Amino acid sequence: MPADVQSPLRVYLDHLERGELAYQFSLAAGRPVFFPRVLCPFTGSDRLEWRVSAGIGTVHATTVVHQAEGAPYNVALIDCDEGFRMMSRVEEVAPDKVRIGLRVRFRVHRPGGDEPPYPVFIPVEAA
Amino acid sequence: MGGLNRGSAAIVGVAESDLGQVADGLSVVDLMAQGTKRALDDCGLSLKDVDGLFSATAQSRLSVLALAEYLGINPAFLGSTIVGGSSFEYHVAHAMGAIALGLCSVAVIAYGSTQRSIGRKQASVREINPYETPFKPFMPASAYALAASRHMHEFGTTREHLAAVAVAAREWALLNPAAWENKPLTIEGVLSSRMVSYPFTVRDCCLVTDGGGAIVVTSAERARSLKKPPAYVLGFGQSVTHASISNMPDLTVTGALAAGKAAYKMAKLSPADVDAVELYDAFTINTILFLEDLGFCKKGEGGAFVEGGRIGPSGQLAVNTNGGGLSYCHPGMYGLLLLIEAVRQLRGECGARQVKDCEVALAHGNGGVLSSQATIILGTEATL
Repeated sequence: MPADVQSPLRVYLDHLERGELAYQFSLAAGRPVFFPRVLCPFTGSDRLEWRVSAGIGTVHATTVVHQAEGAPYNVALIDCDEGFRMMSRVEEVAPDKVRIGLRVRFRVHRPGGDEPPYPVFIPVEAA
Repeated sequence: MGGLNRGSAAIVGVAESDLGQVADGLSVVDLMAQGTKRALDDCGLSLKDVDGLFSATAQSRLSVLALAEYLGINPAFLGSTIVGGSSFEYHVAHAMGAIALGLCSVAVIAYGSTQRSIGRKQASVREINPYETPFKPFMPASAYALAASRHMHEFGTTREHLAAVAVAAREWALLNPAAWENKPLTIEGVLSSRMVSYPFTVRDCCLVTDGGGAIVVTSAERARSLKKPPAYVLGFGQSVTHASISNMPDLTVTGALAAGKAAYKMAKLSPADVDAVELYDAFTINTILFLEDLGFCKKGEGGAFVEGGRIGPSGQLAVNTNGGGLSYCHPGMYGLLLLIEAVRQLRGECGARQVKDCEVALAHGNGGVLSSQATIILGTEATL
């Protein structure tokens, strides 16, 4: 078996660097796979194709984290329209106003320094 | 396929180690050893009888080796399955299997934690998940909060329902001299406490204490010759559905559904037969989810089910009779303490919190973020 030249995480992050939300599609299972990995969890197949999401989804679950210091912030699970779920947060709306069912759009957050970019979401109507 | 035989093994000795805030400098293995000595005394066995050793803790990578060294024994059989707080329910099944195969005859299962003394961050190293960690969920609370948000959305479960779980646990704790919390708690008191991860306030979350203990498992035959009435292992079931909350297949249905089904099938019992229900209440939503998934009420009705003190000391169903992880003790991997309480209820040793005519007790362990579920059903001699 040929060695993987790039880890699934590296490919995912490279897409994010380019402003894209990437996910994998299992050809054997005919369904998306997330988080990125080397084997399809539905079939065990290693034929996973990279695709770029349209970046539109729906809030599936939501919470507001209250830390001892700093402002409360949102953590949510987002169901992307292509059929995969991921953790993220919804921005540009008060964290306690993020509702299940809210339609959201992806954008890249670049924390800077050594931290890699990561995907956040904003309400579709605010986009 | 073979499998475990109903009632072929029993829990014969149980003991907590020191709990709450333990003496400065005590190690997790000190606590495991304390539990081991006390549990062996409880059943009248000694270290020289022990030929099976099981342990799990977040604070020692090779804990079963550390414990064997500490006790000065070289057991014929070792087990150290670690799947979070439900590890010890798995250990009971593994000990039962090993005993049936003749690989050991007397197994000790031990646990220790000093997370309160040394701080939760020290006690449990957080693993980086590049698909979750950047969003800074306050783990594990936020994972359970996400599940709770879904339950509230789909079934109309309210923060008051969640609070009712905490209040019931507190009422039980007030009857338990070993409980960490000893002051009454009201629904309003839960709701107005410091918010941690919505919808949970700090009173919806388990305690952060030190603690541990041990239990002793042996064959049913040998159990009958020991000091205390045996708690026979009638049923076991397990299910692992995910590791990270992003990958939980359905946030409102846990692996307790499958674990419970398997345990009831092996035990040839149903939820109506269970007298004492010990559920891993890391967060208030757990109790609601597990009551549903283990068949004590229908899916979605758990919130209404726990209203009006139904699962408290004067209620219709005895749930978390020691005060639970919410009010009695939660050292991080609480599953062993569930088994200890279940055994004591079957023996009738629980004083003010004793469930009347307790013949069948269920202990349900949870690990990770609703990830690993394991159910043990125990019964008295009369249930065989």
